[in-house]
Amino acid sequence: MITKEDVEHIGWLARIDINEQEKVEFMEKLNSVLEYFGQLDELPTEYIIPTYHVAEIYNVFREDVIEECLPQEIVLANTEYKQDGTFRVPKIG
Amino acid sequence: MDEFAMGSSTETSYFGPTANPWDLERVPGGSSGGSAAVVAAGEAPFALGSDTGGSVRCPAAFCGVVGLKPTYGIVSRYGVIAYANSLEQVGPLANNVADIAILMDVIAGYDRRDSTSIDRKIAYQKALVNDVKGLKIGIPKEFFGEGIHPDVEKAVWNSIHKYESLGATWEEVSMPNIKYALASYYIIAMSEASSNLARFDGTRYGFRENGENWNAMVSKTRAESFGTEVKRRIFLGTYALSAGYHDKYYLKALKIRTLVKQDFDRALAKFDLLMAPTMPNPAFKIGEKIEDPLTLYLSDVNTCPINLAGVPSISISCGFTDGLPIGLQIIGKLFEELTVLRAAYTFEQNTDYHTKRPLEVA
Repeated sequence: MITKEDVEHIGWLARIDINEQEKVEFMEKLNSVLEYFGQLDELPTEYIIPTYHVAEIYNVFREDVIEECLPQEIVLANTEYKQDGTFRVPKIG
Repeated sequence: MDEFAMGSSTETSYFGPTANPWDLERVPGGSSGGSAAVVAAGEAPFALGSDTGGSVRCPAAFCGVVGLKPTYGIVSRYGVIAYANSLEQVGPLANNVADIAILMDVIAGYDRRDSTSIDRKIAYQKALVNDVKGLKIGIPKEFFGEGIHPDVEKAVWNSIHKYESLGATWEEVSMPNIKYALASYYIIAMSEASSNLARFDGTRYGFRENGENWNAMVSKTRAESFGTEVKRRIFLGTYALSAGYHDKYYLKALKIRTLVKQDFDRALAKFDLLMAPTMPNPAFKIGEKIEDPLTLYLSDVNTCPINLAGVPSISISCGFTDGLPIGLQIIGKLFEELTVLRAAYTFEQNTDYHTKRPLEVA
């Protein structure tokens, strides 16, 4: 069971602000889903190797040569917050 | 479509729900419900969807059209906003199997801009052959679980018997770990989503809410711009990956993914194809399930196991109940889309369900 405080902590980890009403609502709905997830505990998996993906592809490399990339003005085209060819953000912390 | 492809009904769309052309009070399925609805309504001959846990096949079934989830890696995901990148594939929707094959010939192939892209040339239209003689079909009984609508079960069994009359053979098969697939799928999908959607931080593109510092700006931006279901999944995914819970949820789900995949490996070693209902029920009413996320998640029970295994799967129309279409799901071996398409095409050539249009079926 997760508590209201847990929900607050997850919101911080995920960087999503939530209000008091949402905290209660999230707590209830998340707990009902987590309870459902709990059924996995009944299956012993100690010696099972995890599957991260099913494509038999490992280490996709390319030659270490400079390739064409997006021009700076295109990269900056989708935000109004820019300055001297960079993204502008508020101070960290 | 559902916001960030998270849903099975299109009701989580920021722009409001899409109606099902067969019954405007019902959902078209999701998440690519708009794609299926426009094809069913005759507004477009083809559409594309993205299938992470059934998002092409579910709306295909609910709207009475054909929808294919190709083998993982066959179609480039470049340009698609990632939801759960180890599971999702772009797939075609159309009114018949021939159109699906034509579209696959266009969209499939290697793309160096997608690091999971697989280089394999297949001529999909070669599959359009009216012949299933000698095909071995497995019927996984776990896909006919409790809660399945009796008319859905009947229509699917009628289809299996149709294949038998056309020269295929069938046998029941057990896939014991399928019952854990849904929980494993959701844990993996939500975990990957929580990581993938971290890029929506208001910095480089999209909406930004101002804040006194970086963290406040990001937290307000994301609070304001994500819908409730997207937030729920990010919260659950963040929790499943967080210190102390990673092994209990995320790692556990990945191990169960191995077991589910082994079930598919075993079944598909014995049979050429597996057949099952795409959805346990026909399209539900708009508003019926949206308040209870778990109920909505449970509707993906027959589609999401396929994404865990990465195998190809198609949904075709195989009957009706109260004027609503029913989908037959045909699952194949990795990279054997041709067998899947051939079986689907043969069914179409010998039945007329795919010719029915909304308002024609009473």
